[in-house]
This record gives sequence, structure tokens and C-alpha cells, in this order.
Amino acid sequence: MAEPVLQLSNLTKTFGALKATDDVSLDLRPGEIHALIGPNGAGKSTLIHQIAGSLKPDTGTIRFLGRDVGALGVPERARIGLGRTFQISSLTPEFSALRNVMLAVQARQGTSFRFFRPVMRDRSLTEPAMAMLERVGLADRATIPAAELSHGERRQLEIAIALALGSKAFLLDEPMAGMDPEGSKTLTGFLDQLRQEAPILLVEHDMDAVFALADRISVLVYGRVIATGSVSEIRNDAEVRRAYLGEEA
Amino acid sequence: MSRETLISLVIVLALLAIPLWATAVGETFYITLATRMAILALAAVGLNIALGLGGLVSFGHAAFFGIGGYAAGILASHAFNMEPLPFGLPGTNAMPVIWATAIVASGLVALAIGAISLRTAGVYFIMITLAFAQMIFYFAISWPAYGGEDGLSIFVRNQFPGVNTLDGLTFFFVCFGLLMAGLLLFSLLRDSRFGAALQAARQNERRLATVGIAPYRIRLAAFVISAMVTGVAGALFADLNRFVSPSMLSWHMSGELIVLIILGGVGRLAGPVAGAMLYVAFEYFLGGITERWQLFLGLLLLAVVLFARGGVVGLLAGKARHG
Amino acid sequence: MQTALLIEQILNGLQFGVMLFLMAAGLTLIFGVMGLINLAHGSLYMVGAFACATVAAATGSFWLGLIASLAAAAAAGALIEVTVIRRLYDRDHLDQVLATFALILVFSEGTRWVFGSIPLYLNIPPLLSGAIPLPGGSAYPLYRVAIIGVGIAVAVGLHLLITRTRLGMRIRAGESDREMIGALGVDIRTLYTVVFALGAALAGLAGALVGAIQSVQVGMGEPVLILAFVVIVIGGIGSIHGALVGALLVGLIDTLGRFLLPVALAAFMGPSAAASIGASLASILIYVFMALVLAIRPRGLFAAAG
Repeated sequence: MAEPVLQLSNLTKTFGALKATDDVSLDLRPGEIHALIGPNGAGKSTLIHQIAGSLKPDTGTIRFLGRDVGALGVPERARIGLGRTFQISSLTPEFSALRNVMLAVQARQGTSFRFFRPVMRDRSLTEPAMAMLERVGLADRATIPAAELSHGERRQLEIAIALALGSKAFLLDEPMAGMDPEGSKTLTGFLDQLRQEAPILLVEHDMDAVFALADRISVLVYGRVIATGSVSEIRNDAEVRRAYLGEEA
Repeated sequence: MSRETLISLVIVLALLAIPLWATAVGETFYITLATRMAILALAAVGLNIALGLGGLVSFGHAAFFGIGGYAAGILASHAFNMEPLPFGLPGTNAMPVIWATAIVASGLVALAIGAISLRTAGVYFIMITLAFAQMIFYFAISWPAYGGEDGLSIFVRNQFPGVNTLDGLTFFFVCFGLLMAGLLLFSLLRDSRFGAALQAARQNERRLATVGIAPYRIRLAAFVISAMVTGVAGALFADLNRFVSPSMLSWHMSGELIVLIILGGVGRLAGPVAGAMLYVAFEYFLGGITERWQLFLGLLLLAVVLFARGGVVGLLAGKARHG
Repeated sequence: MQTALLIEQILNGLQFGVMLFLMAAGLTLIFGVMGLINLAHGSLYMVGAFACATVAAATGSFWLGLIASLAAAAAAGALIEVTVIRRLYDRDHLDQVLATFALILVFSEGTRWVFGSIPLYLNIPPLLSGAIPLPGGSAYPLYRVAIIGVGIAVAVGLHLLITRTRLGMRIRAGESDREMIGALGVDIRTLYTVVFALGAALAGLAGALVGAIQSVQVGMGEPVLILAFVVIVIGGIGSIHGALVGALLVGLIDTLGRFLLPVALAAFMGPSAAASIGASLASILIYVFMALVLAIRPRGLFAAAG
């Protein structure tokens, strides 16, 4: 079996008396979609924050591409290839969709300390950015400010940004949230292809999407991973049914 | 040509027209007024880099304005008295050298102030920049070597190679030329990669970090560049008045620079120019009618903040567009 | 003799600190509850001083003047809250800075219009005009001791107000969650006006108390305002306790720095150089202290959680 791209070992994070993350270990392997599910308040977002670097775990290690990233901040982790989207869209609202993606292209190319050349005339920025917008199906909306895009379009734009960063793993925090069924279906198809590019850790409430996409599923309840397995294993796991799917065993 | 470009051009040409008209009709006082407009506009163009593009509400830019002023005053006084500076360096009355000194000095101070202040944000940043500027203000007052509270006179206006700066119109062109250079710098920065990162830091800091760009360094660089431009304006201001005093460093000055930008339009290319023209004209004409002109300025400002956001350029050109 | 002088300077530092606390408490309360940065707080200080001086001159009673200062500053505070400040709560800090800067211009010029540019003088009330003996044979003005007493009383009073009363509970609720307090059925607009007027009254009180030691003039509030900013930045914005600690630290450091630095430098250089360099350094000491605090704790000593 190939070396995991991302490996969490024994992560723990407490807020006062609350154990938001309780001895979590899981990994993300090349080419897979690993879904993370669990009831509200189970600690999914807290976990994503720790992986992305915006929260520091109390104990435990995070290895990414074979390297301990515990000491790195958000920008450094993004630079080595952890691409993240937000539960609530987080874009630069005044910039057009194209310029939002261009910012990511610029970041990937290295320096932002270039003071004189206009970005809009820099084809090494505009062309890759446009290509990413085309991939997510937003090319015809390139000049629209992000603030004026629809909810679904903003989620697509977030993914275009993660793509433009050349991410080696994607952390997607509820990409389907607030989408209409049509949009969810398109996005499901898109994510299905995206896994060829880089593996995806997918936090999602939409069970149809999770069951359709995931290679493996981990179930998080009260900060603990109570089960990890294939779709059918998870569907048939008694503990999961009791704790999460709400069925009496 | 976009509507905003056209309006910027009209504003700048209007400023240029004032001294030409004044020379034609022999009202040379208006040349001084226009020069004052150009210098304050340049100072505000500098602040507009930090405040308009980066969203950094610096309430301490008078520090850099004053440092530029003192650079001119100190170098000129040493040249005039033929006293060497520390390390045996000579004083000078050559404007390019003075400007370079103003740029380096205000840049270095901005680096120190920015490095500390930018660890914070929001209200903290406002208060801390204000406090540091106040520190320099008190230092200038209590340091007796260069006039202390009384300030420092520049007996003869400093020189620019090849022209006669004692002539009012010529000095205006020197200032106007620097203002144009400042505006060019602003527009280049705004459209560059650096500007993209800086504006993104203002709009959504978390997003910028998530694409892998650390906002702190971008902001610090912007703060330093911004201070350098304001510093040059300070040197010109000292030469215009042939006098520099701690009042250039006062917090009122910092407030005034912000006011210029708000009146003109935050983050807009020609905003500071429109703001400075409006402000100086207001000061002069209303000040001619009543001693209490600041009362009316206050009321006008309140009205602008509460009811007319976007300033002059916003009113004329509509919302800003980003490619 | 040196010891007596030192004690005197410490008392001066405390008195200065207490006065800064009266200013900083209002500022930090207003920021904590309403999220507003109010530059015009120094104007309310000035309003208090002018009200006290005017009423004291007309009636011959400092005490009536003091009551007038509280009333006038609170009324001015309530007035600007209802007409201007209220529209700024949802605005960004830039708009708040600008609008309150505009208010300073209006207040300063308005006051100059009514009272002219000549400073007013306010006498210390006869009851407090004595001095108390200090160890070492010198004496210290009773009035300054009284200011320290007032400051301590206000600090205790504010502490009780916030921890023990219904108003205090609402203030704390407002700090943590504005929507919740609305849901509790508290009339939030009235609460804000009351809090603003309370902060204004404290500033007015400070202005009146200081007015009897210094002259009462336009612009007197501005240096104090900036020092009060330094205080709350050091203490942690929004924290009353932080404001108290920060105010006392700033008061003591500033006063003792001006006293001790020239003395200390005289050990290394000539007396006149020591005096001038000492004075220059002392004038920036509190800002250096602020920078140090921020380098270690960017959100101040008593930063609110989150």
C-alpha cells in the first residue's frame, strides 16, 4: 500500500473541559476520497482547523507528505500543498472570480513582492486562472465580483482556488452545504474526477454524496473516531448506526 | 478610458490649472495655495497606500510627514550654519539628497512602528499608531537641539539642480512632479501582484493566508512604502513654509491626512488630490469668512461620514472596480 | 529629603494614574459594550472642566461646579450618542475615527466660540486646600490626595456596578453577545445611551478635578485622550481592571521617569546634558513601555478571551 499523503496520529484538542478532538488518528491515501462524517458539534471543523494550521492541537502529530507540519502556520502549510475550502465561503469579495483565482496562482508561483507589473496584463497569471475557472465551469462568470456570485458559484470558485494552488491534498469543509440538488450533482461528478489530481478529505453532511463518492468513511462522535471503513462497512456498523444514524440496534 | 481615469485626469488638470491661471492674472498667492494642495495630496497619496489599499487605518502618519520635514530642516540648517552632522557628514540644501534622506528616515521609523503595530489589528492598530506618533511628537518638543517646541526655520528654500526653486511657480512644478510620481507609484502598486495581495489582506485576511501568503509581511511593506511617500511630502511642506515645527508631527495632522482621503475617496487614485484641493480651498475661503471655520469643517465631515460615503471620486465615478 | 521627594513623586504618579483611569474607564467601557472607538472622549473631559469652572465662578461653590460637570458631560454624551454615535455602531473603525474626529472639531471650536481662547481658572475648594504632612517633614496637597480617593471610589463603584447590579449584568451581556441581550428584551438603544453617558460623566469628572490644578482651556482633553488610549492598549481594550492597572502603571512610570531619569543620567554626564536628555527620554518612556507590553502580549495585559 502506498504511503499516506496525510497522516494524523493521536490528535487531541481540548477547550476547557470539552474534548473537541479526542485521540484522533486517521490517514488520507493517494487517489482516495476519505469522508469525515458525524453529527453537528462532533468536532469536524475543529479537526480541519488543526490540519490547516489555524488551530494548534494539544498533543499528537500531523504528517503531510512524510513531513511533520506541526510547527508550520497556515500560509506555510498552504504553500506545501494543503488546499482548503471553508464551510462558509471565504473569498476576496471585491475581486472578480478571475482575480480570486489569480491570487492563488500568484501565491503558487512564489513571490508577491513584485511591485510594478500589472497583474491583468500578466498572462502567466491570467491564463492558468482562466483554465481553472473553465475546469469548475465558471469561465463565463470570470469578471463578476465574488460578492455577487451565487452561493453555489462561490463554492465552485473555492475549489478553483484550491486547484490553482496545485494542492497535493484537498480539505473540503462541507462543499455541498446550501447547494440545490442540481448543483450538488454537478459537484459530486466534479469531485469524483478531482481525486485523480489529489486525494480529498471531505467533511460533508449530504449522505448521498458521501456514499456516492467516498472510498473510505470515518465517523466522528464527540471528538472521537468511532469507526473507519468502506461505505458498506460503515453502513453496516452497529455502533455507527446507533451513534449517528440514529437507529436503535 | 474608464470613467474613473477620466475623472482622475480632470482633477489633476484642475490642480495644474490653478497656478497657471494665478500667474496669468497676477494673483501669485494662489500659487502657494496650489502648492499646498499638491503637497498635502502627496502626503495623503502615501497614506492611501496603507489605508486605501491595505485597510490599515494609521492614525500616526503625521510622524512620517514630520520626519520628512525635519530631514529637510536639519540638513538645511547644518548646511546654512556650515556645521557638520554627526560622523562628519555635511549638511545639504540639495532637494534630491534631502528627499532621499526623508525617504530613508521615515521608512526606517515606519519599519519599527509597523513591526510592532501590525501584530495587532483594528482599534488596537489605530490607537498604537497614534501613540507612537505622539511619542515622536513629544520627543521633538523636548529635544532642544533643533528648536524644540519653537521649531526650526529654513532661511533659504532648498535647491533643485537646474531650476530656481525660489520662484513660486517653479517650486509648484517640482511639487506637482513629485505628486505625479506618487500617483504613478500608487497606480502601479495597486495593479501589481503586491497590490493584489495587499488588497486581499484588507478584504479577507484568512483567505490570503489560506492561499499561502502571509499578510504580515505584505502589510509591513505597504506601511513602509506608504510612510516613505508621506515623508517626501513632509520635506516639501517644510520647504514651502521654510519652517518645520512639532505641529507637523501632531495628531491633528494625522487626522487631517485621513480627512483628505475620506473627502476625496478611500483607495481611489485621485481621491487624495480631490480631498486636498477641497480641504485647502475650504480652509482658505471659509477661513476668510469666519475664524470658526473648523466648526463648519467638523459639521461637513460628519455629513460626509454619515451620508456621503465614497467621497468626491465615489460621487463622480461610482463604485471602484477591480478587473 | 530624597525619600520625601520620592514619596511625593509616587503620590503625584498615583494621582495622575487615577485621573487617567477616569478617562480610560469610559473609553474601554464604550469600546467593550458598543465596539466604538471614541476620539471625542477628550472633548467630554473638556466639557466637564468648563462646566465646573463656569458654575463655580457663578455660584462660588466648587461642589455645585462638580455636580454641574457630571451633569453637563453626561448630557453632552447622551446628546451626541443619540444624534451621531448611534449611527456609527455598525460602521467600520475608519468611519468611527472620522466622525468622532469631526466631533472634536465641533466641540473645540464651539467651546472657543462661547468661552473665547483665554483659559479659565478654577480654585481648589477651601475644604481641600490644606496639606497633609509626609514623613521626612514635607507636606502634600490635600486636594491631590482627594483626587486619588475619588479615583479609588470610582474604581470600587464601577466594579460593584458591573458585578452586582442589573445594569452591570446587561453591560456584561452586551459585551459577550449583542443579539442575546436584544433577545432578553433589554432595550439596547437605551442601554447604549446610558453606558455612553456614564463614560462621558466619568470623563467630565476627571476634567473638573484636573481643572482645579491646571488651567481650563480648549484642547485640554486631547493629550489626556491619547494617554488614555495608551492606558487601554496596555490594559487590554474592554477590560475595566486592565484600565485601572494600565492607568496606574502609566501614571507612575511617566511621573517617576521624569523625576528619576535626569538623576540617573547625571551619574554618567554633566548635569545640564543629563537634564535635557533625561527629559527627552522621559517623555517617550510610557510609549516604550507600551511597545514592550505589546511585544509580549499583543492584546494587552488583561485581554478579554477570544
